[in-house]
Amino acid sequence: MNIAPKSSFVLSRRHLLGIEGLSSEDIAGLLDLAEEFVALNRQIEKKRASLRGRTQINLFFEASTRTQSSFELAGKRLGADVMNMSVGISAMRKGETLLDTAITLNAMRPDILVVRHHASGAVELLAQKVDGSVINAGDGAHEHPTQALLDALTIRRNKGRIERLIVAICGDILHSRVARSNILLLNTLGARVRVVAPSTLLPAGVEQLGVEVCRDMREGLADADIVMMLRLQRERMNGSLVPSVQEYFHYYGLDQKKLGYAKPDALVMHPGPMNRGVEIDSSVADGAQSLIREQVEMGVAVRMAVLEALSRNLPNV
Amino acid sequence: MLADPRPILLANARIVDPSRDLDEPGDVLIADGVIRDARRGIRASGVPEGTETIDCRGRVVAPGLVDMRAFVGEPGAEHRETLASASRAAAAGGVTTIVCQPETTPVIDDPAIVDFVLRRARDTAIVHVHPMAALTKGLGGQEMAEIGLLRASGAVAFTDGARSVTNAQVMRRALTYARDFDALVVHHTEDPDLIGEGVMNEGAFATRLGLMGIPSAAETIMLERDLRLVALTGSRYHAASVTCRNSLEVLRRAKEAGLPVTAAASINHLTLNEIDIGSYRTFFKLTPPLRAEPDRASLVAALSSGLIDVVMSDHNPQDVEVKRLPFAEAAAGAIGIETMLAAGLRLVHGGELSLLVLFKAMSTRPAQLLGLPGGTLKPGAPADLILVDPEAPWVLDPAGLKSKCKNTPFDEAKLQGRTVRTIVGGRTVYEYV
Repeated sequence: MNIAPKSSFVLSRRHLLGIEGLSSEDIAGLLDLAEEFVALNRQIEKKRASLRGRTQINLFFEASTRTQSSFELAGKRLGADVMNMSVGISAMRKGETLLDTAITLNAMRPDILVVRHHASGAVELLAQKVDGSVINAGDGAHEHPTQALLDALTIRRNKGRIERLIVAICGDILHSRVARSNILLLNTLGARVRVVAPSTLLPAGVEQLGVEVCRDMREGLADADIVMMLRLQRERMNGSLVPSVQEYFHYYGLDQKKLGYAKPDALVMHPGPMNRGVEIDSSVADGAQSLIREQVEMGVAVRMAVLEALSRNLPNV
Repeated sequence: MLADPRPILLANARIVDPSRDLDEPGDVLIADGVIRDARRGIRASGVPEGTETIDCRGRVVAPGLVDMRAFVGEPGAEHRETLASASRAAAAGGVTTIVCQPETTPVIDDPAIVDFVLRRARDTAIVHVHPMAALTKGLGGQEMAEIGLLRASGAVAFTDGARSVTNAQVMRRALTYARDFDALVVHHTEDPDLIGEGVMNEGAFATRLGLMGIPSAAETIMLERDLRLVALTGSRYHAASVTCRNSLEVLRRAKEAGLPVTAAASINHLTLNEIDIGSYRTFFKLTPPLRAEPDRASLVAALSSGLIDVVMSDHNPQDVEVKRLPFAEAAAGAIGIETMLAAGLRLVHGGELSLLVLFKAMSTRPAQLLGLPGGTLKPGAPADLILVDPEAPWVLDPAGLKSKCKNTPFDEAKLQGRTVRTIVGGRTVYEYV
């Protein structure tokens, strides 16, 4: 069976720097396009030629295994030449600045740059200096748009819709770009979003992003359709923001008991990589209600959709 | 040395002299480097032979501005700003006295460095320059600097620049010792621990940008501590840069209690707010950070009521290498000495402030606090004054700025009102043509 691209969806922008600014039509268009790639990716012949001749550079200033390999696979399946650059271990050590790196790479004429950086706003800054399309693969605590899109695709495939679902995002909201992108996207599509965390992990004014704020898992998970767990970095659990791993897991770690507060058919998500026994119990992570592995599969399809949609705007001559 | 310039008659001007609460039409006569007279109808009583008469119809004559907080990179960071380049920027902005900060390399914590700055300024600067000296040695916040000797060598006040003395005991002793010399202590009030990883004002906008926030309490807590130490010591204290409503409340209580306390606000905090950061514009990254609009509005009200004494530029030249970076990694600071008056006139044109209050806070009050002779048009005062066209519309082109760095938050801003002539010691040092 050959799955030809049906959608003629075009994203009316050169870069994908965040969910902010995307309309619900933009998001639905990307998700529909991604559905086609889910089917393609389940075939033996997974290759398409829509990015043939294009060069994609994955520029990662911050270590990442899954996002980088997901983008690499997505680009290769669309026929692009993909190059991975981990800048953390080369140029930055030599004192080269972000913009120097951008200008240098731009001279190699990439069509698409996939960029991750530890500072909020860094990807947008870089996008101002290059000629091709830039995809934000995560900037500081700001945005991680493809993660939110893959989460939305996963939810839509399992629940049939996103509108009016209750989604509880739990954990380190303060430092999380995944949370910010998800809040923006889920609100755009009409979900009810809650954030659940101890107050030390909630950024000031978070309620102004259009979320309900809960400090308690029982209250926060009540009637939830989706429970989205966030990773908590170990260095933040040594007494600086929460007292200890034990205490954090006791109050905020997702185990079967806490999952019981949510709807019986609630589904569990995690952007990975997981800290088992810190924010999530293994029995939940690997349990019947977990979508965590499916999220990874959807990640490749969503990234193919984003690459495809942006490449349709690239000049052809 | 240049020959003494001709006497100048500034005729038919609007004279704004906050030192006499005066805002009325009149003429100003300058000769031998001093103001001879400033009143209505000088022409009739005759002027010295050879007097240059300038028709100032529609223009304001006011005392030259005294900028109480400007970073100049000399010595040690001449690539950012020299005394010469800062003074040219100052002259173009109507500033006739720069008070430079001790955060140089080496730090101005030794009488020899004060002497160096004064000599360099004498030889290279076209406006007056007075250094503040460090309050603690090396700006280290641990041992007090030689306040007596530094003052004797020409330091006009004592400050650790943009650093706060976190140790309350050190601060108490420095204040106590400074009182014996009637020295003014100027303090930047921000608790570094509460700043933490913060890079902009804490709140929903920082949250949206994914930037770590700085609570305004970081400022208010330090200010409140200081004011209690002032109550303990009775020393003259000046809050270097107040930015938020809660700090104003603390300040008001201290003033009502009769403490010898004054405060400044930067022109940036009076005319901009956190939203101006937009999408990570690093020229708006400042210390303390730009606050929310209600804070800005309350600062302007406090300036109008006199609770805020001084408006300063907080001039801080930073080159592109340290500004063209992701927001969290970029250096803080904005240039402002050349634009402070035009930016301040925005408040006047917007009906938020009178011209008299603006000039009082930018000229008369800082001169009084620092014990400098400027800030007035009284006969006998040094002829440090400016001629301003308060209505002239213009668009700021950073390329035209005299400062060595172009990190202005008013990049391409539409402004109304500009300095058309700056006179220092009776000599014209800047003329807009």
